[in-house]
Amino acid sequence: MLKIDKSHYEALRCHGEETYPYECCGVLLGTMNGEQRIVTSTARCGNTRDDSPHNRYHIDPRELVRIQREGRERGEDIVGFYHSHPDHPARWSPTDLAEAHWFSCSYVITSVAKGKAEVTNSFELSGSDEADKKFVDEKIEIGELESKPQGRAS
Amino acid sequence: MAKIQIPTPLRQYTNKRESIEIKASTVGDALSGLLAKHPDLRRHLYTEDGKLRAFVNVYLNDEDIRYLQKEATTIKDSDNISIVPSIAGGARQ
Repeated sequence: MLKIDKSHYEALRCHGEETYPYECCGVLLGTMNGEQRIVTSTARCGNTRDDSPHNRYHIDPRELVRIQREGRERGEDIVGFYHSHPDHPARWSPTDLAEAHWFSCSYVITSVAKGKAEVTNSFELSGSDEADKKFVDEKIEIGELESKPQGRAS
Repeated sequence: MAKIQIPTPLRQYTNKRESIEIKASTVGDALSGLLAKHPDLRRHLYTEDGKLRAFVNVYLNDEDIRYLQKEATTIKDSDNISIVPSIAGGARQ
């Protein structure tokens, strides 16, 4: 299950509206508590897929290294990622699965139709290696968590 | 000793440790030392023919080792090595 503060949940949905008709992407930071991933901050990332940004995303690993380091300094780990599907359902695609490598992390997808965020779903990357990995639907619990300052724009 | 930062999905193979300190003179030596301590990591980092998996990024501080001297890149005791699986995807099939 993914637990996320309402302000962070709305922030990642707004990000998808801002970048429409292109895909947005970002990182979820927080803590892992058994099967729960608790989000305490988010970090917006740039989509480096200039060749096809309306249906592809990629986060610069250098940006991830920085986000991971800054999170570590605050006592946060990377617990998941988010991106948007402009004019496409909030379901994972074969490409999303093929390109997913962070096991036991959450992959949040928001459908953005004509510029407006609609459905947001989350999937846990389950399995033990590339051969048996799969996405499993997971519940998003939106609450009023005591959270750290909101993610940084980049 | 150089410090290797372990990403969250791989910590199950390092007894949940976030970082591992290794005495080594190159990135390749450091990764070999890491695998000697935690052999279950190998299949997640390397292909069967011993090459780093394409989706595994290795950074020395803020630099991708692909643009340095790859695994032969020399390191200092104060260096941080980050293992960062790639993040990508998208709606198109």
